[in-house]
Amino acid sequence: MTASSQTSVQIPQATGTWRTMGSDLARGSAIFLLLAAMLVGFGTAEPAFLGLANAMSVLQAVSVTAILATGITVTLAVGGFDLSIGAVAAASVMVASYAMVVWHQPVWTTVPIVFAFGVVVGLLNAALILWLRVPDLLATLAVNFLLTGLQLIPTAGRSIATGLILPDGTAATGRFDPAFLAIGRGRLFGILPVPVVLMIVVALALHVLTEHTRIGRLLFATGGNAVAARLAGAPTGRLKALAYLVSGGLAALGGIAVAARVGRGDVSSGASLLLDAVAAALIGFAVLNRRRPNVFGAVVGAIFVGFLLNGLTMLNAPYYTQDFVKGAVLVGALALTFGFARRA
Amino acid sequence: MLTDGVPDAAAREAALSERLSAAPLLTLAGVAKTFGATVALQGVDLRIAAGEILALMGANGAGKSTLVSILGGATRPDQGTMRLGGESFAPVTPADSRRAGIAIVHQATDRAGCPGLTVADALVLDRFADARFPLFLSRRSVRREAASVLRQAGFDLQLDLDFGDLKPAERQLLAIARAVSAQARLLVLDEPTASLSSHEAGRLFDIIEDLRGRGLAIVYISHRLGDLKRLADRVVVLRGGRVADAQAAPIDFERAVTAMIGRPLAAAHAEARAIAGDVVLDVAGLHLGGDAAPIDFQVRQGEVVALTGPLGVGKSRLLSTLFGVHAPAAGTMRLGGRSYWPRDPAGAIAAGVAMAAEDRHRTSFVPSDWPGGTVAGTVGLPHLGRWYPHGFLVGDRESKAAQDGIERLNIRASGPQARLDTLSGGNQQKTILARWQAEPMRLLLLDEPFQGVDVGARADIVAAIRADRGVATLIATSDPEEALEVADRIFVMDRAGLSPVTKAHHASLR
Repeated sequence: MTASSQTSVQIPQATGTWRTMGSDLARGSAIFLLLAAMLVGFGTAEPAFLGLANAMSVLQAVSVTAILATGITVTLAVGGFDLSIGAVAAASVMVASYAMVVWHQPVWTTVPIVFAFGVVVGLLNAALILWLRVPDLLATLAVNFLLTGLQLIPTAGRSIATGLILPDGTAATGRFDPAFLAIGRGRLFGILPVPVVLMIVVALALHVLTEHTRIGRLLFATGGNAVAARLAGAPTGRLKALAYLVSGGLAALGGIAVAARVGRGDVSSGASLLLDAVAAALIGFAVLNRRRPNVFGAVVGAIFVGFLLNGLTMLNAPYYTQDFVKGAVLVGALALTFGFARRA
Repeated sequence: MLTDGVPDAAAREAALSERLSAAPLLTLAGVAKTFGATVALQGVDLRIAAGEILALMGANGAGKSTLVSILGGATRPDQGTMRLGGESFAPVTPADSRRAGIAIVHQATDRAGCPGLTVADALVLDRFADARFPLFLSRRSVRREAASVLRQAGFDLQLDLDFGDLKPAERQLLAIARAVSAQARLLVLDEPTASLSSHEAGRLFDIIEDLRGRGLAIVYISHRLGDLKRLADRVVVLRGGRVADAQAAPIDFERAVTAMIGRPLAAAHAEARAIAGDVVLDVAGLHLGGDAAPIDFQVRQGEVVALTGPLGVGKSRLLSTLFGVHAPAAGTMRLGGRSYWPRDPAGAIAAGVAMAAEDRHRTSFVPSDWPGGTVAGTVGLPHLGRWYPHGFLVGDRESKAAQDGIERLNIRASGPQARLDTLSGGNQQKTILARWQAEPMRLLLLDEPFQGVDVGARADIVAAIRADRGVATLIATSDPEEALEVADRIFVMDRAGLSPVTKAHHASLR
């Protein structure tokens, strides 16, 4: 390997570049080819699969996963890994419900409260990682545990809906603000579900931030080589903190979308969010053969898994095979990214 | 082994030529290898006898690494034959090569053991993986084995130290001891002195000569001519994958270097210039902490000052303190006449100070397949805020700066967007210089800037540093040759602090 990297100086640029570009293109577009094959395959077997209504329902189903996956991607870019986002999203569902049902808050105060909650958790992660120097994975995994437990305490483990009996014996009389529910159930122009709009906006904003701004370049520099970034004058600590604030805030947004769709504070609403989002972010490494975290790939990864599961469900694959399918896709994508790419 | 008297040397030479003509230990004939479109080796012939040191020279990318990797069994040649000890030798895996008696000690010796294990453990690491070795270990049995490994190697190491606490020199010795105890017949040493002080290097040379005396064949790879002059019995020069020169003693190194870089090398000693520029850096009573002595010195605009001295004496610490990585324990620093007290590297950069730290891969580069892993990205990293004040990376400011650097410093790259890992060590180092020269600065700090840089690229870098008359330059290097080549003034740093050395004096010291 050292030999090839040392000697590649003398590569006649044209041929070398074209050859690698060819195989890169094949690997990078593999997931799109699979997606196309899948659409054709499922579409032939079950024409309803290709309908606009079905496409919208799949996108709506994956929108929260995709939003969370972009948050994980930003933390991966700084060399971290936010494993608390699943619990942040789940707890955000409870915070939003509690604010409306128990505190009688309208949408205008509920949403800021939930965002504040997500950002505070991001700060907690950053503090653990930067001040106390706990490794990223351990710190965020611990916070994940903490929040999973914490969200049960105010309601003594009950789900939140109008009429909830609080631990002090009184009944909560507030209800979900209809304007809040519109975030999860409304449609833009009668077609695009609002969560899908949120997903698109988040994806575009973060794609521009990470790939086309100097902040993004510094985020990647921090993750790629923190020493080099610091010696080039980059504020690596603040950049890491920023990444965790962004992922905390995005997890809160995901929680808002879930709460607004479900319409109650379900204690088990966030169960599979974390692993689905992690899978999407990692599948994203293979998209376009970037071999590194990237926002576009994470979103494509989430959508890919969404269509796959939807198609299988339409073909009457039993629901309990879903996790197996997701796992298989993840293993395949990682093998494609790391294994075959290196051998070429 | 040190007594290299004339009759002794002559006798050895006679014995050597006899053995070479009789039966060389290793013979390569017409070995060729291509990687894709890159020709790494084309028809290399080579022979090495037991009991000789063969110096393998070549610029970065000349094919040395490929040759070593073929000997080590990690790469298979496309053409050619190899014979080892009279038998055909065609290793398929590194294990084949090891079994046949070839041991390779790489430049990066951090892989000779693992932190957390003791030196004794690291010495017998190979045997832990050997199924014939007992499953259950005791401290005593491991120590006994380790001691016997050291006995075979003929030198001493402290067995109870943690591997992670070893200095590079000790790790190097440990790796050599492991190689020798593995019944090696041919030992390949790749840049063994790259991170050693001259004292440590001297000790290593004694050991290498001792191993030669015991009949080991040694292939010695180095960019340092001083090492090669001291050790080499013969020299083979690779250039563009071919043998460009082969000499037996007496070796004409000037001819070898010319063959290596394809042109004669300019005078190796920088002439001292009269520098009349203003004082840029003024350091007084600077304490780096611990029991180190206070440091006083000045660097003027347009001047190149080199700090030399043994490893671990605080050269890097001094440079990184000037760059705001560490806070000094006491003393004053003035930059351009004003008090200078950087809180962090960002503060130092804002004040007009730049540093290219030791070990460029660890301290200057992001991975090549990440954003910013190109020549342009490397040049631009510290300047993004200045070049893109609105935050969006639009326009070609960065590419232009990189293109300037490529032309000015003669960087061999396909362009500003070339991935950094497609560049040779020398061109990577030039890229770091281009980074800091892309914006005005007052003080340039270079820590071991010539590590893994071949002689030709080194001459380019020296010329570029000396030509920049607007900057004060401070260079830390443990190689006195390099200090002589680049500096107007030289300081030796040791436990007693800095002492100035005149160049004539320095030259006579060697």
